[in-house]
Amino acid sequence: MKKEKQSRKKPAKGVTRRGFLTGMGTAVVSSAVLGPVLTSTQAETLPPTRPKGLEDISLTVNGITYSLAVEPRWTLAEVLRDHLGLTGTKIGCNAGECGACTVILEGKAVYSCSQLAVWLDGKKITTVEGLASSGDLDPLQRAFIEHDAAQCGYCTSGQLMSAKALLSRNLHPSREDVQRALTGNLCRCSNYNGIVEAVLAASK
Amino acid sequence: MKAFANKNATSIREAVSLLAQHPGKALPIAAGSDLLGEMKDGIETPEVLVNLKTIPGLDKIRQQSGAVSIGPLVPVAEVAESQLLHTHFPAFVEAAAVIASPQIRNVGTVGGNLCQRPRCWYYRGPFRCLRKGGEFCYAPMGENRYHAILGGGPSFIVHPSDLAPALIALDAKARISGSSGDRTIPLEQFFVLPTVNVQRENILRPDEILTEILIPLPAPGTRSTYWKQMERDAWDFALVSVAAAIRQRDGKVEQARIVMGGVAPIPWRSHEAEAALIGRPLDATTAAQAGDKAMEPAQPLRDNAYKVALSRAIIRGALLRLI
Repeated sequence: MKKEKQSRKKPAKGVTRRGFLTGMGTAVVSSAVLGPVLTSTQAETLPPTRPKGLEDISLTVNGITYSLAVEPRWTLAEVLRDHLGLTGTKIGCNAGECGACTVILEGKAVYSCSQLAVWLDGKKITTVEGLASSGDLDPLQRAFIEHDAAQCGYCTSGQLMSAKALLSRNLHPSREDVQRALTGNLCRCSNYNGIVEAVLAASK
Repeated sequence: MKAFANKNATSIREAVSLLAQHPGKALPIAAGSDLLGEMKDGIETPEVLVNLKTIPGLDKIRQQSGAVSIGPLVPVAEVAESQLLHTHFPAFVEAAAVIASPQIRNVGTVGGNLCQRPRCWYYRGPFRCLRKGGEFCYAPMGENRYHAILGGGPSFIVHPSDLAPALIALDAKARISGSSGDRTIPLEQFFVLPTVNVQRENILRPDEILTEILIPLPAPGTRSTYWKQMERDAWDFALVSVAAAIRQRDGKVEQARIVMGGVAPIPWRSHEAEAALIGRPLDATTAAQAGDKAMEPAQPLRDNAYKVALSRAIIRGALLRLI
């Protein structure tokens, strides 16, 4: 896996729990894909190892293009979380029902648990991390904070992405438009009214 | 999910020949909204997935002389938003608009909606039921509130598609392509009862795929609608649904097609309801009679008699929209 463009800012100093875990994840994944680190003498005699059945794809996620080798059975949600360290996308039901894994694929909200990464060669994806890629929160995210739209928070990134897909094609949706656009995102805390208020506020 | 190989088909010929090359081991897949779920649950364990989305040209809506051609890869959301389809085929567009959720409508295809597998909890759950090669259907003795009231036996699944009743009401045809050639049939004949095949809902052979849906332009005076009754207002399968297409002339019903979803193992055309309308004015009385007639052959199970009353009500309600 290699990033052709690196735009994420590293924290200036110190180690965060999330940063540590994310780094560990990437290290483990890299070694799984590239094989064990070899000494210089071994490297000359052993062929490069690569698990069978991997397919090379290129994904552009939040403006960064990644070259990846994926198993056909890996879902986009799994690749985002386990291989790119983008854990803002959540997996709830893993069955295309709850909406926690919603991302924007080529401008449209989709369930990333129900997309195989191998199908997405060359596609553009926006995850919740992409909403604040410059470091400033998206107006939607600010509205979610102001309207207490997150309770337990597990569905929040999916709700944000469905709302973002709506606002990118309809700048001033009605309340009914918002409710309709969010029907594929379940909230077990049942904070639907707060979420709808937040989206409406962000659209003003 | 068990490991499999993904093969991107670049033509219909290549797709069907890939399917024929791996008998019993390959499955066609489009958006995967249904099949990926079955694979995660271990209901289907293909060794090869033939990806149909890479076949060019199957995602188009085309107006032809006397008909509109729908590619099987057209996303459901595109049907729901199509002005052309709305002008000619309101039932089709209304059905598309109430399928699943926005995320699924954005990717889920017309062909996939027609070919989706049943939602029966015994079929989806860890039960070796009749439909999965087992000995018997659990529904008659088990939890059967969502099961068939018509056409059931020996399996009591209900067909989950919303587009199928609408398209059959609109007299659509389906083109099927396989390694031994193409055939075009009325969509109504695409679906089969469990007495014909207890493990499949349609006539597709393992090396065949749906390649086109053709909807004839309706004769003047035709109106159509789709009523889907769910337990919640959105994001659910139909408890019961009805598609009605009625042509009236001089205050009388000249032609009627009434097709129900959620009541039978196939989209259920009610010839009884249609006969109750032909030659008579469409009004509150005949609409109610059509509902009553449609339910005369119903045989509810222990927990689904409510579907009989619900069916009567929504047939009447749908017909009243068309007056």
